[in-house]
Amino acid sequence: MGLEHALGDSIITTKIDAAINWCRKNSVWPMPLGISCCGIEMMALVDPRFDVSRFGSEVMRFSPRQCDLLIVAGTTTYKMAKVVRKIYDQMPDPKWVIAMGVCTSTGGMYRTYSVVQGIDQFVPVDVYVAGCPPRPDNLLHAIMMIQEKIARGESRSTPMTVAEERKDRQLVQLTV
Amino acid sequence: MARTSTDHTSSISPLYEVAPKKSKILQALEDKDTSVQFTDPLENEMILNMGPQHPATHGVLRLLIKLDGETVVASVPELGYLHRGYEKLAENCNYHEFIPHTDRLDYISPLMNNTAYVLAVEKLLGVEAPKRAQYIRVIISELARISSHLLSIGALGLDVGAVTIFMWTFREREKLYDIFEELTGARFTTSYTRIGGLSQDLTDGTKRKIEDFISQFPARLAECESLLNRNRIFVERTDGVGVISRERAIAMGFSGPNLRGSGVSHDLRRAEPYLVYSELDFDIPVFNDGDSLARYYVRLGEIKESVKIVQQAIDKLPEGPYNALAPKKVLPKKERIYTKMEELIHDFMLINFGAAPPVGEVYHAVEGSKGELGFYIQSKGEGHPWRLKIRSPSFMNLQSLPQLLNGRMISDVVAIIGSIDPVMGEADK
Amino acid sequence: MNTAVVDKLKAAFPAGILAAKEFRGETTIEVKKEEIVKVCAFLRDDPSCAFDYLSDLCGADAYTPEKRFEVIYNVQSLSRRERLRLKVFTEESDLHVPSVTSIWPGAEWPEREAFDMFGIIFDGNKDLRRMYMPEEFEYFPLRKDFPLMGIPDSIPLPRK
Repeated sequence: MGLEHALGDSIITTKIDAAINWCRKNSVWPMPLGISCCGIEMMALVDPRFDVSRFGSEVMRFSPRQCDLLIVAGTTTYKMAKVVRKIYDQMPDPKWVIAMGVCTSTGGMYRTYSVVQGIDQFVPVDVYVAGCPPRPDNLLHAIMMIQEKIARGESRSTPMTVAEERKDRQLVQLTV
Repeated sequence: MARTSTDHTSSISPLYEVAPKKSKILQALEDKDTSVQFTDPLENEMILNMGPQHPATHGVLRLLIKLDGETVVASVPELGYLHRGYEKLAENCNYHEFIPHTDRLDYISPLMNNTAYVLAVEKLLGVEAPKRAQYIRVIISELARISSHLLSIGALGLDVGAVTIFMWTFREREKLYDIFEELTGARFTTSYTRIGGLSQDLTDGTKRKIEDFISQFPARLAECESLLNRNRIFVERTDGVGVISRERAIAMGFSGPNLRGSGVSHDLRRAEPYLVYSELDFDIPVFNDGDSLARYYVRLGEIKESVKIVQQAIDKLPEGPYNALAPKKVLPKKERIYTKMEELIHDFMLINFGAAPPVGEVYHAVEGSKGELGFYIQSKGEGHPWRLKIRSPSFMNLQSLPQLLNGRMISDVVAIIGSIDPVMGEADK
Repeated sequence: MNTAVVDKLKAAFPAGILAAKEFRGETTIEVKKEEIVKVCAFLRDDPSCAFDYLSDLCGADAYTPEKRFEVIYNVQSLSRRERLRLKVFTEESDLHVPSVTSIWPGAEWPEREAFDMFGIIFDGNKDLRRMYMPEEFEYFPLRKDFPLMGIPDSIPLPRK
């Protein structure tokens, strides 16, 4: 869905990549998936004290279709896992994922029957943030790491082909 | 374990009622037939799925709303997207170990939960914290209440379209976070209280910081208030919206500011005074309308009362120890563990086997920022609870949501949820 | 012990009240399962009791061969500022307990939670579905024989 698709594999894209990535990294639009405690610290990220707009990421969009960075902030339960995956699938490529907080990354202190022990079991994660919850500074650092990754042109999400997408849609159960 | 069969599906639930119609539409979409034919052309009810990821549902609350045009006909809240299994965890860790978990229950006011939990365990163990610890607990509880209500007011403003108020209340909350950080070592998840006392004392520097905050805060709050109180958009979007009567509120188990917004003057700080609340002078704001605006005004009033309470508690703060003298139940100080044999033994026993209370059961509730926050503990004489039940106010408050929503417009839904102020960490446990 | 209420209950329901206990100043009354709705109605409507507010309702697993499951009702009187705890026992073979939603409508969700966690079936609850766990989940997590980490693969994860 990105610009690369429109341009195709011509020589120009390799030249323009750096420019596109530079634009991209300075206007990362996060999809704030505030599930629990970390969500409050993520809200603190936009407040006047930490002010994420210094990094061009203040445009929090609550529609996954407008975002390229998924911040999973909070304990992901098995019930929530389907929702997280669905939101991830709805985001256009290329996309990046931050697992914010220790229970998102590994299950943390919740070694129980209902908590997924790390969201990397069902979505590819680019940056893990430690802390319970991490301080907003720490999340800012994670966003800066994502920016470096974007500048290098790396993304763990691979764009799906049309055929794959069609197959995928058949597999996804239409649950309400 | 054998599969237990239950015939609960035979009972008719609103969710199952709406299911056939929905599946018909989905079926049609799956068959790639986009021209869905309804038998009745005037039939225009639709099902709106709101959440679990929605900016205005305050966490991962999911609502299935049946709409007739823009009017809500029926709604079914769906919980459990943040069910972390606290009660099972509690059965598997000793009484001290569970304190950090209480931070993450109502994560807007962790200090309040710390206090509520240790009060219940202290009741079970039969220890009482010294006067100084009790005063400090009152101070931190009220600061946590201010912090929680500020977020509630800010988020309600944000839900109905006022963004500035959110920024301003967050600015004040950051000041509170600074105080918490100095007091406990953590901004957010504090784990400050201990059974029989506190983890560390309130220093003079922190005390001064709290005093500074209290002295500048009323003026800042007045600024925030002036943004909303006479704001016509805010008032019209909350006035008369989501009304619940006094009788219904009691029957449905409403508590806290929501109950007092419906004209019931019930506050556990007054009804069953715990800590040192009986020695402090404060009012209980009560409004009779039972709508979103009344609940907002109750919260605003409570912030002002909390400021008064903190001021009095700081003035009256006695000197003395901050941990009870009960070596078999209360964790010793770290520096003594390293130098004294007895303390080392007690610490070893408490960490490994836990403080063993007698066989019995207690329920202790405090007036939390969302309502009656209670802990019911069953003990079989072991170092860990046999059963620990959290009476979470958000859970009981959310239960009335369908009644509040029915007959209202779709745009009122966010104003109503915002005014109930649920926290899903607590509601889902 | 709250002797006034206990005596009144014993007089009104001679066969329904099994025992009354006190611990740390809190009164617990054990009630016969079949009588619980009547006892609750009496407690709510009698003006000298007036327990109009259900603070909490929860299940518990004693893990004994008999009287395995308990349902605990923490009730409160807002006007008289008093608390009382009622307790009902039920067997593993017969998990049915009458619902008190007709007395306190607010009992609906706590009963659903107890059903979700212990599998106790509340007869008369109109919407007895799982409260927290997914609808297709087969086990009851707060039972003592359910492991803390759950049953592997009992809840499917989305594919990667």
